Amino acid sequence: MSTTETTTSRSRGKAPAGERVADWADGRLGIYSLAKANMRKIFPDHWSFMLGEVCLYSFIIIILTGVYLTLFFHPSMNEVEYHGSYVPMQGQLMSEAFSSTLHISFDVRGGLLIRQIHHWAAIIFLAGMFVHMMRVFFTGAFRKPREINWLFGFLLFVLGMFTGFTGYSLPDDLLSGTGVRFTQGAILSMPIVGTYISMFLFGGEFPGGDFVARFYSIHILLLPGIMLGLVVGHLILVFYHKHTQFAGPGRTNKNVVGMPLLPVYMAKAGGFFFLVFGVIAALAGIASVNPIWAMGPYRPDHVSTGAQPDWYMGFAEGLVRAMPGWEINFWGHTLVLGVFVPLVVFGLFLGAIALYPFIESWVTGDKREHHLLDRPRNAPTRTAFGVAWVTAYMIMLIGGGNDIVATHFHLSINAVTWFVRIGFFAGPVLAFIVTKRICLGLQRRDKDKVLHGRESGIIKRLPHGEFIEVHEPLSQEQLHTLTAHEQYKPLEIGPTVDVNGVERKVKGSEKLRAKLSKAYFGDDSQIAKPTVEEYKEITSGHGHH
Amino acid sequence: MSSQDIPEENLPAEQDTTHGAVTVADEKHPFADPGLPPHEHRIQDIDERAARRSERAVALLFTVSMLATIGFIASFVAIPHDKSIFVFPIGHINAMNFALGLTLGAALFCIGAGAVHWARTLMSDVEVADDRHPIEASPEVKAKVMADFRQGAKESALGRRKLIRNTMFGALALFPLSGVVLLRDLGPLPGTKLRHTLWSKGKLLVNMNTNEPLRPSDVAVGSLTFAKPEGLEEHDHDFQTEIAKAALMIVRLQPDDIKDKRELEWSHEGIVAYSKICTHVGCPISLYEQQTHHVLCPCHQSTFDLSDGARVIFGPAGHALPQLRIGVNDEGYLQALGDFEEPVGPAFWERG
Repeated sequence: MSTTETTTSRSRGKAPAGERVADWADGRLGIYSLAKANMRKIFPDHWSFMLGEVCLYSFIIIILTGVYLTLFFHPSMNEVEYHGSYVPMQGQLMSEAFSSTLHISFDVRGGLLIRQIHHWAAIIFLAGMFVHMMRVFFTGAFRKPREINWLFGFLLFVLGMFTGFTGYSLPDDLLSGTGVRFTQGAILSMPIVGTYISMFLFGGEFPGGDFVARFYSIHILLLPGIMLGLVVGHLILVFYHKHTQFAGPGRTNKNVVGMPLLPVYMAKAGGFFFLVFGVIAALAGIASVNPIWAMGPYRPDHVSTGAQPDWYMGFAEGLVRAMPGWEINFWGHTLVLGVFVPLVVFGLFLGAIALYPFIESWVTGDKREHHLLDRPRNAPTRTAFGVAWVTAYMIMLIGGGNDIVATHFHLSINAVTWFVRIGFFAGPVLAFIVTKRICLGLQRRDKDKVLHGRESGIIKRLPHGEFIEVHEPLSQEQLHTLTAHEQYKPLEIGPTVDVNGVERKVKGSEKLRAKLSKAYFGDDSQIAKPTVEEYKEITSGHGHH
Repeated sequence: MSSQDIPEENLPAEQDTTHGAVTVADEKHPFADPGLPPHEHRIQDIDERAARRSERAVALLFTVSMLATIGFIASFVAIPHDKSIFVFPIGHINAMNFALGLTLGAALFCIGAGAVHWARTLMSDVEVADDRHPIEASPEVKAKVMADFRQGAKESALGRRKLIRNTMFGALALFPLSGVVLLRDLGPLPGTKLRHTLWSKGKLLVNMNTNEPLRPSDVAVGSLTFAKPEGLEEHDHDFQTEIAKAALMIVRLQPDDIKDKRELEWSHEGIVAYSKICTHVGCPISLYEQQTHHVLCPCHQSTFDLSDGARVIFGPAGHALPQLRIGVNDEGYLQALGDFEEPVGPAFWERG
């Protein structure tokens, strides 16, 4: 009976209710140890670190609104006659999926809003992941120890694309049905297994009566289930690794400088969730997205002009549109290169994202942990690769909308298509060269600033009539920040013949690595940081210039 | 792929080591890390009146949020759900959706803005440094784990009793096959399904719009007519699947304009019938240029020349549209003289 009195050292009164609840939970879950490590966890501040948050919050919004939509949506392809309140479609034949989507849009109060929030959030989720991934790539945040988290993020991006695709296919409207037909045509192009996969996916011939129900379980259970797991893993790793930061005074590879989770990031990140949700809700109220009633129910023999997938599938669409229609017939078989090649390129192009961190770490041979972010200019070859990739992606996005581009800008569709075909190869090369030069230029400017100071804009006239611009020397903080980055030396294979004239065998992979290393870190690929000697020689001299 | 052989000196020198190591910039180290700059106070830190202003701003934002939520509920109850309003510059939109979106957006946004403003102006903004620790375990820990593992492996005798190991791997490798087998009934085997359509000898060409059988006189020069096989009705349960293959487009050309010999043979008085399903990835073709007799698929812009065997003249399609051989029956109606001789729609491996 007296256990409470003996265990508590308090002489009078009990602990506050909140503390007692926490004690109860701690006795069962060990929350105090968890809180000790995380409650005052430090997060660094930078605007670009919010991009990942946008993805997380839009993912949560998608799940919340998605659950609501399942309460009203009927994933069935049974044909019904429409008798809802949308007058233009009265009496029309359509699948139950389409008619229940009309019901959500016109008869459930707030249903249209939730549908549009769901769709807008999906668009923003994918866009957020794309930009977040670019941030991580261009700052080198994918380096050890974060390669696995990079892969998690990559999987989330790819799965997000397919979750989006299966999601917008569910209403069974004319536009999305056309997209499904395109997908089925692409599946058919796969050698040997194409027709089988198509029959198994659609339960027979296209469109059959099964795909909406099947896409539904993939869209609401299978893919989001995997994604939820990946998101949780992604966040655990962010916590475990601690966030990266940019170099600066007091910010080293061995620490993380910023503000604590409780209270500052609790308020900022929690508040940011509401900001994202609020903007998406307002967007859903103002801007119509996927107005399925304007498109009508799907019929395999109907189509609308200007059919476009959601933006994140536009790249795949572009590949399919730009590829010449090659077909090879042999021994009673057809190799549909015109469709299959884009399918393969699509996979390889995305796969390149997953592989990049491992390629770069092989080239550098660097096995240390990296917690300081690179400024993109200080890794010119990587930055140039990234921009080249984005260029190819964007050109294919133009290709995916070649009809829209042609009609909006009064261009020939043939000219646009040829531009895309050539641009897909020439664009990245050009972008690579230009980006690298810009990076090197910026490195030179940084070097100039360190050695000669900042241009102050003040013009001084000397007694003998000469005009000079006054350069302000940088503060120690600025000097440190501009010289904090690391520079690798290119790998040398060394002499292949030793002193006794015996030839040493050099593996092909080693030669390749030396070549890549030179391309990354050779004299043409980085500007040597200003050295202390250079700095002293200049600053000890005349002072200005 | 090992990188053990990369000489250490190729890696950049380690940055300054210990956290918080403040190095005084001296003659020797002009670029040294000066350490965290001193904290600069915000106006709210030193002026209580400014802090009170921030407090009121945050409270105002939270209050606006409350009002917006009330507005949301009021809109939900009061606005008829089919009312449409004109909003510049968007145009006519659903009033309820507009009101619900803006009120919900405002309610959420103001909570967020309030919280962020609170964090930025009133919570401490002193930057704190936290140490990082290497992720790799120490050699002692690693040695302990390896020893434990060897002990466990030894006790399991997995390495010694090969029979157990091999049969276990066999069992684990086989059992997923059941799962694969279970997927078999997801759909039928392809067979020759993709080679056949509903068209057969004697089937009338029925106008898709009027649902009436077509006579040659119904097909005017310069127009594109869509047709389906007689007997296929919209209410049929397999209508979608059948029309996906059987959809037909009919145009009338001047027989002299037809360049392809077979096309001319398979036509009737210049009327030609082609599959409407694009041979690229299966969109229905729907755009027709009267002057050139080109048809264009609006999905991926494959363009076919109907006066020349529907060969591909632009775009990603790989082969010509299949032609349906047509004639006229005794009563003067257009009829098919057989099924398509090649599979319609996108190409596939077994197509040949």
